[in-house]
Amino acid sequence: MQKAHLQLSQLGISFPTPKGPFVALQNVNLEIGKGEFISLIGHSGCGKSTVLNLVAGLLQASSGGVILNQKEVNAPGPERAVVFQNHSLLPWLSVYQNVELAVKQVFRGKKSKAEMRDWIEHNLALVQMSHARDKRPAEISGGMKQRVGIARALAMQPQVLLMDEPFGALDALTRAHLQDSLMDIQAQLNNTVIMITHDVDEAVLLSDRIVMMTNGPAATIGEILQIALPRPRNRIALADCATYNHYRHEVLSFLYEKQRKVEVLAKAEPVKVTADALAGAATREKRA
Amino acid sequence: MSAIPSQWSRVKSVLPGQQQLAQWLKQSLLSAAGIAVFVLLWQLLASQITTSLGSFPGPLQVAQQWSALVAEHKAENAREAAFYQRQLERNAASLAANPDAVITVRPYNGRPTFFSQIFTSLYTVLTGFVLASLVAIPAGIVIGLSPRLYSAFNPLIQLFKPVSPLAWLPLVTILVSALYQSEQPLFARSFLVSVFTVTLCSLWPTLLNTIVGVSNISPDLQNVSRVLRLNWLTHVRRIVLPSAVPMIFTGLRLSLGIAWMVLIAAEMLAQNPGLGKFVWDEFQNGSSDSLSRICVAVLVIGLIGYALDRLMLQLQQRVNWDKSAQLR
Repeated sequence: MQKAHLQLSQLGISFPTPKGPFVALQNVNLEIGKGEFISLIGHSGCGKSTVLNLVAGLLQASSGGVILNQKEVNAPGPERAVVFQNHSLLPWLSVYQNVELAVKQVFRGKKSKAEMRDWIEHNLALVQMSHARDKRPAEISGGMKQRVGIARALAMQPQVLLMDEPFGALDALTRAHLQDSLMDIQAQLNNTVIMITHDVDEAVLLSDRIVMMTNGPAATIGEILQIALPRPRNRIALADCATYNHYRHEVLSFLYEKQRKVEVLAKAEPVKVTADALAGAATREKRA
Repeated sequence: MSAIPSQWSRVKSVLPGQQQLAQWLKQSLLSAAGIAVFVLLWQLLASQITTSLGSFPGPLQVAQQWSALVAEHKAENAREAAFYQRQLERNAASLAANPDAVITVRPYNGRPTFFSQIFTSLYTVLTGFVLASLVAIPAGIVIGLSPRLYSAFNPLIQLFKPVSPLAWLPLVTILVSALYQSEQPLFARSFLVSVFTVTLCSLWPTLLNTIVGVSNISPDLQNVSRVLRLNWLTHVRRIVLPSAVPMIFTGLRLSLGIAWMVLIAAEMLAQNPGLGKFVWDEFQNGSSDSLSRICVAVLVIGLIGYALDRLMLQLQQRVNWDKSAQLR
């Protein structure tokens, strides 16, 4: 790994409540190299989004800090572009204008008008949305909106791309399509990415490392799993791959055995899922 | 051959469907029935009521007075044209006799007719409404963006919002006559008093709706703005204003409705030569036609108010980015 491009050091945050400060996150240490794809995974409420918002600068750390290229992060900025969970496109602007707003802001005085136009078109082509450039967000599907959200973030030419459950609200097929697109784009651009996800398969398929978070309060990093699968990765080939299933197993056992949710309501479901998933993994491994 | 059916289906898709047509017909018939019942009841009840000015006018007398008002307007226009024609001839004659003669054109000082009074009213209400919007929208944006300003101004807004135009009017009258002293006034005082009263009363819905619209911008869009580091002006122009447009226009429509209602009262008391003054003058006049004429004014005031609201609705639909919104 190269010298740390992005460094989270002793990162912690607490929120004031009437009963005293609530420590949401503490002692998060992570070094991320340039071009690395990191997934953050953990149960809901464990502070994954908080980590992302701290890196984005949308929240201010109570202790420790985030260092990007030897500079401390203390405010949001386009060099840390965010892909929001619910796309967050401006509904009154067309697809093109949404990307244009970002490009104009980031490249004002650096690119000519024609260069900006080419750059917007290029990024729309990258996410395969050129055909819908003049449509409003309300006129395109959820998957398409998320593609445009990604195009907008990529068009900022960020040093770090932050994705907050980018595919969480999409159906399984659309999600798979977008994951493949994202892998293609990543192969071309080699961005540094932090992605939050709930989806174990997604994390293993896309990541170089999976960062697993413990449950809150005072959540922190539990384990880090290095995914040494060669790229390009193919989801169909990997379905029968023993290493791939081993990684899945690692993540699942962290989530559902080591960090099992103690809440009564949440308990029943995860355990069932684990059993099924493990059974599935076991049979697949046998076949392989 | 196959081209013909597809052509036909394209034509059919443009024409209103049979169901839509039936729906429209039903709506129109019901509206017509409602009006017919109203006119009938009006006729029946009006003849029962005897006032100091004779029996209360029925629809027929009101229609007659409408024609009379139109005729008066035409006659007055003819008189005005004749007045200027005579001046022109007289001036031409004096110029012919003496090329150095000083020519003066005197303006015509006839009585304003019902229709010129309508125009005065429209002009006055729009001036007041535009003035109110120019104050309320920027103020609403600034207050809505800052919770502190909102806490500071909210009590004042709540205090002044319910004040009746009749309470403002004496104050406005005194203030205008104290502050607006000019040898050759550009505007009549009665006009200014009416305008400012309308402004003071119609400001509040736009102000409040703008504040609400601006302060309820989705946090996600605010985050987008923060990540892009938009400066204040760009943030307002690209994020805040568009997302508040639906609320602002709801406020503007309410404001215009209030402005029109307030105007009639203001004109009555300020003696601005508009519809309010027309009603007041007829009331003071007390001839046998007065009640019918007031009825004409009431109907015209209602129609104009309705038309103004429809106009705002059209504008709202044109400006609103959310085309799926149901506006009525």
